[in-house]
Amino acid sequence: VAGGTGAGGNDVQWCFSQVKGAIDDDVAEADIISTVEFNHSGELLATGDKGGRVVIFQQETENKCQPLSRSEYNVYSTFQSHEPEFDYLKSLEIEEKINKIRWLPQKNAAQFLLSTNDKTIKLWKISERDKRPEGYNLKEEDGRYRDSTTITTLRVPVFRPMDLMVEASPRRIFANAHTYHINSISVNSDNETYLSADDLRINLWHLEITDRSFNIVDIKPANMEDLTEVITAAEFHPHQCNTFVYSSSKGTIRLCDMRASALCDRHSKLFEEPEDPSNRSFFSEIISSISDVKFSHSGRYMMTRDYLSVKIWDLNMENRPVETYQVHEYLRSKLCSLYENDCIFDKFECCWNGNDSVVMTGSYNNFFRMLDRSQRRDVTLEASRESSKPRQVLKPRRVCAGGKRKKDEISVDSLDFNKKILHTAWHPQENIIAVATTNNLYIFQEKVN
Amino acid sequence: MSEDVEGVQTGEEVAEEPKEPETKMISMEKAEEAKLKAKYPNLGSKPGGSDFLRKRLQKGKYFDSGDYNMAKATKNKQLPVASVEKTEITGDHIPTPQDLPQRKPSLVASKLAV
Repeated sequence: VAGGTGAGGNDVQWCFSQVKGAIDDDVAEADIISTVEFNHSGELLATGDKGGRVVIFQQETENKCQPLSRSEYNVYSTFQSHEPEFDYLKSLEIEEKINKIRWLPQKNAAQFLLSTNDKTIKLWKISERDKRPEGYNLKEEDGRYRDSTTITTLRVPVFRPMDLMVEASPRRIFANAHTYHINSISVNSDNETYLSADDLRINLWHLEITDRSFNIVDIKPANMEDLTEVITAAEFHPHQCNTFVYSSSKGTIRLCDMRASALCDRHSKLFEEPEDPSNRSFFSEIISSISDVKFSHSGRYMMTRDYLSVKIWDLNMENRPVETYQVHEYLRSKLCSLYENDCIFDKFECCWNGNDSVVMTGSYNNFFRMLDRSQRRDVTLEASRESSKPRQVLKPRRVCAGGKRKKDEISVDSLDFNKKILHTAWHPQENIIAVATTNNLYIFQEKVN
Repeated sequence: MSEDVEGVQTGEEVAEEPKEPETKMISMEKAEEAKLKAKYPNLGSKPGGSDFLRKRLQKGKYFDSGDYNMAKATKNKQLPVASVEKTEITGDHIPTPQDLPQRKPSLVASKLAV
């Protein structure tokens, strides 16, 4: 049966809604999407790319006459966030690629987001202007100054409506605090501070203060020859402003409490799944490296993504995850070639749906996986131009690991490893998802009858 | 329901899982490792060790700014040419940083914003 059963609670079926980006296969490096993030209301969707640019889409306000009509995301604002730089002192290139975008909760009419490249975090203010003052006494409408001797009367300038203009301006630049490459930023629930994490250190910032930050985690060994582990991701707890977690390249997650000490080098909790040492292979450590960690909205659980699986951890249980989902187990027999083409080092992200019942993560061949925790079901879907007719229901995809390939299945050897879905995002309340392929952004929505 | 549940395990069920799939999993990994070692006999035994991490931390290293600019120029398949002032004679003009060609930032709008 075409369509099959979807994942998303209560048999959600996913339909194509929109796709953004160019169709041509010749992808410029700058157009590679590097991060995708909904804001807290889901009204805005931001993307960052390798060229240092940010594009923000806004959801159309629902048509009240047609309550079930699909609301589309249209371009709201776009700006150049970061530029390429060269560190002359260390002879190191600083890429302009946007590694992460995180939205601040909205406090007034303007929207704020943090965007970061490898070295510098910037706070951007995005504001709307829909009126402008007219009727100045000393200036013409085009800005030229009037000859003051010709002025015989005075008038009061008034605001007149104008076409909506959305302006982005950098309000804070948080620079020079990271020796290594920033992989994560996370806004605290206190709405005043945020953390930034690089390979070896985590810093705590105040949003108003750019000339200093507190170092709260430092795992740099005295002798770099002793380096065995790096920080791969970090996030603040959604409700507890004193708690954050960070994951490592060895597959561990450490939970830290900032009330315990100023420097949180000693963890409060260490989450690690025990492994039989006799089962270790050359690849064990590499595939156990955690590429993403995300708290559930409830704050009770956290999810980690390593190369082959997604794990759900209960914060109250450190010795093993409560759930483990295989993302693409069929790749285990291909680890040798995946190591040779560097794909084994790809960093996949993962995300929760609004009520924490379903999680999503990407894979290769433009496939992405929906893992339904409540119904113990999972499905593989594909983001492709071939399945992009308006409201077209996505058909589940199946990969044949070996042996006889059934009709409609694709064999592991036919998978395109250049088509990776690393970045996905889920609307905080609705069943709307944003899936980034290399240079295109797909938006899928729940099928509405 | 036509969907198979692919390897969903809960913490409570691990102890009861049959050993066979797990050993199959590991022997697959070891077979892949053997393949890799056959191709690259000099590969160190500690893959996640400091060599790999140091390479990662060294990302973007160039010998100096000249090396960096040359690499950028070659990538864009175009060598930078300093603009020549017609009134200047070679050797007469001492270059200042403003005269040197800069890598122009990409002012092209993102294709997502079309």
